[in-house]
Amino acid sequence: MSAEPAAPAPTVGDLAGLAASVLAVAPRAVGGLWLRAGAGPARDRWLADLNRLMPPEIAWKRVPAGVSEGRLLGGLDLSATLASGRPVSETGLLAAAHGGVLLVTMAERLDPAAAALITRAMDTGEARSERDGLALLHPAEFGLIACDEGEPGEAPPLALTDRLGLCLDLAVLPASGHPHDAEAVRAARALLPRVQADARHLTDFCAAALQLGIASLRTPLQALAIARVLAALEARIRVESGDILNAIALAMLPRATRLPESAEEPAEAPAAPEEPPAPDESRSRREPDDIPEDIPVEAALASLPPKLLESLIAKMGDLRTRRTGSAGQAAKNARERGRVFGSKSGDPRTGARLSVIDTLRAAAPWQKLRHGPGEPAQGIAVRREDFRIVRRKARSRTTTIFVVDASGSSALQRLQEAKGAVQLLLAECYVRRDEVALIAFRGRKADVVLPPTRALTRASRALAAMVGGGGTPLATAIDNARLTAESVLRAGQTPFLVFMTDGRANIARDGSPGRVQAMEDAMASGRRLAELRQPIIVIDTSARPAEQAASLARAMQARYLPLPQADPQRLVSAVSALQGQERERRAS
Amino acid sequence: MSPESLAIQGYAHPEPAGDSAPRYQPAGRPRPQRPEPQAEAPRGRALYPFSALVGQEAMKTALLLTTVDPTIGGVLIFGDRGTGKSTAIRALAALLPPMRAVAGCPYACEPGRPADSCEHCRGLRQGKSLDASIEIPVPVVDLPLGATEDRVVGALDLEKALARGEKAFQPGLLAKAHRGYLYIDEVNLLEDHLVDVLLDVAASGENVVEREGLSIRHPARFVLIGSGNPEEGELRPQLLDRFGLSLDVVTPTDLETRIEVIRRRDAFDRDPHGFCAQWKAKDVALRRKISAARRRLPMLAVSEEALRKATELCLALGTDGLRGELTLIRAARAMAAWQGATSVDGEHVRAVGVMALQHRLRRNPLDEARAAVRVERAIEEVFGPEKAAP
Ligand SMILES: [Zn+2]
Repeated sequence: MSAEPAAPAPTVGDLAGLAASVLAVAPRAVGGLWLRAGAGPARDRWLADLNRLMPPEIAWKRVPAGVSEGRLLGGLDLSATLASGRPVSETGLLAAAHGGVLLVTMAERLDPAAAALITRAMDTGEARSERDGLALLHPAEFGLIACDEGEPGEAPPLALTDRLGLCLDLAVLPASGHPHDAEAVRAARALLPRVQADARHLTDFCAAALQLGIASLRTPLQALAIARVLAALEARIRVESGDILNAIALAMLPRATRLPESAEEPAEAPAAPEEPPAPDESRSRREPDDIPEDIPVEAALASLPPKLLESLIAKMGDLRTRRTGSAGQAAKNARERGRVFGSKSGDPRTGARLSVIDTLRAAAPWQKLRHGPGEPAQGIAVRREDFRIVRRKARSRTTTIFVVDASGSSALQRLQEAKGAVQLLLAECYVRRDEVALIAFRGRKADVVLPPTRALTRASRALAAMVGGGGTPLATAIDNARLTAESVLRAGQTPFLVFMTDGRANIARDGSPGRVQAMEDAMASGRRLAELRQPIIVIDTSARPAEQAASLARAMQARYLPLPQADPQRLVSAVSALQGQERERRAS
Repeated sequence: MSPESLAIQGYAHPEPAGDSAPRYQPAGRPRPQRPEPQAEAPRGRALYPFSALVGQEAMKTALLLTTVDPTIGGVLIFGDRGTGKSTAIRALAALLPPMRAVAGCPYACEPGRPADSCEHCRGLRQGKSLDASIEIPVPVVDLPLGATEDRVVGALDLEKALARGEKAFQPGLLAKAHRGYLYIDEVNLLEDHLVDVLLDVAASGENVVEREGLSIRHPARFVLIGSGNPEEGELRPQLLDRFGLSLDVVTPTDLETRIEVIRRRDAFDRDPHGFCAQWKAKDVALRRKISAARRRLPMLAVSEEALRKATELCLALGTDGLRGELTLIRAARAMAAWQGATSVDGEHVRAVGVMALQHRLRRNPLDEARAAVRVERAIEEVFGPEKAAP
């Protein structure tokens, strides 16, 4: 298929620069950009360079992570409404970014509902709002840039990243120069409508997506769009194989969940127990004939500097864990504020939020009376009895973090019982719509098997796949639990930690064996965890209740419960009761 | 549009680009005139044709069955991103045969059905001027996330109240959806209290508004379609079984199907009107088939065998309540009508078993992934192994 000579290998700096050029030419066509880089000079410089490439007069609108639905969509303009005496609407951020760029910072903290509003505007090119008595429809065609801070385990909502064609990690691909200037970008914009791709290019991208384990159907389409833009940037009206390779590097490699077999590292194979193989993966592995041989993935991989390929592969593991966690991670901001569910009479001076529209509706019927018969209506007369305040369901969500000892010291049948108990607790969380996270420790490691999520089926699967045996790195487990709890707190949620262990640590924090040091480390970690002042339960899984787990619980200032033999339901009731008390304590 | 413009907008959005007529215009140049935004999808905007959808047979079948018998209840579509959920539902809008409505009625009441009518039309009836009716498209109303309750159920018309001191009701989206479809993408992200309102109204067929001194009730019968992605959180279990049918959609994994999906999407994006013209005959045939099935539906008798099998199946699965069994029979009847059968038989029950029951299983909620498999197993038990296709 691709018999043409390979394009000159792009250099590391070129890819970051190319991403900027492509985005500047067709921000909406390529689906926007997922920029993975913490706030800082590198990111600022790259964005400033992009700004220079784009037409100077376009709008750049910034969306903060905690953005409200009203701010995104627009709604009633209160001061204008009060002044004019008739409803006046105000433009939201989505419509304000029309024709320009919408920049989402800290996108990993974006509430999924806010993300859904943005993706809907991306899909339809319109911002549609049915709020506050107004039905609004504005054009909203923008190029989206979603920046995440690159924190491990955190990523923007999948619905958003799936639509972002370009994916750039400035830690992997530092920007070093820009291959095009504003003039080239202008020329490419003009040329783009005439650029042609062959049908086989589409096939190439589809096959490449399968080889790289990318399930989304959007990715190959975006890659094709990017390839056209790349051709236009080189003043060509035909897509060539070099464009294909670069498009794969820009749009596909960062999303790869695996590499073609020949390039895959053998160490990758047993990883990621939290993610059972996707159906497409097993399918395409079983039927290698599905995929034509001469696919440019290999060529794209070969064209990259080896070091870059290495970091991309390293990032892939990172992405995989992010993938599972992202939705839950992002789901929190809004719920912390509590959901609006109507309004009631009340005094906004108590700190409650005024429900503008309902207040106006309450005031509206009285306007003639209040203005008097002869008096000309001058604005809207609102009185205290009109005030309506927003009713919210206080709903600070709990994220239950299970920390499960899978080491050899916990007897294996006790591990089975612990798993059974966690399954029952998961079912409780499901009913309450709580989130759960799962940390398993054995050998030398304590892995976050599942970052906070509401997708409990996955938690259930991860739990079932957990195997026992090996050392007991208790201190490391407690430290990881604390990190997870802290990230839960950062998102405005309440962590609830459930440790299931016999407390018999025998691996120290530095990974060395030895019971004494291991216990000392565990106690120290436990005391640090106690400083968070969050509810903790230690469930003793030893064959009969023993001193180690109890003293660990004391260090953590945790509640201590022995795991009852063969009666997990009793445990569940006890834990639920504790959680209930905890909720009441917080509510009062 | 010329074939060369393949790379232009909308292209990167396989699922929803179907109704995205607006195209990105690089700013800095004067923008070519584009139609002013309208409250409803402008007529004439090309929608991706229903018959051009690749695969996803269960989803298409479920949607088509609701066109034959809207009383089956809503459809819940859960699954992967970019599988054409929104495209399919919007395509359905273009497929539906138009309906007749009382002229001037704010709720598009059905002519000649005074019992089901709104106050406005009952008033007309007393005045004996109910004859005037108009033909309108079946409404498919999109409920955007972020909508507030006042716009969903309707509220005091603020503008009229402020300008004229007039206490008038401004109907909401539920009124607009009457006799049609209400579609909620990302239904699992919709605020719980709105979902409750929707399901209540969907069940009762009537919207009752008591707020701001208004007391209004109007008919609101619609098919609720919800779609979502399970990664964003599951739906509350008590909401699940209020949908008539439910199904899972997954991204196709074989290369040929994937290429075909993208090729058609591409052809549509390059030349929407040309593409629609190409599929028009197939869409027209589907529309005729819907009309024929609707005519057939009231004449179909449900066989003893079908009733017995439906009961056995529900017993085998331990679904509680009559709702599951009722939906199963209704869906089977719609399926028989769709297939042109002369009576409703066991095979029709079998064909709709999974979509009518999989979300009603009494289960460990964590076992959800296998719900469809459990229904299939029960179907095998009750019906025996599947016969080879003739
Ligand atoms: Zn009416």
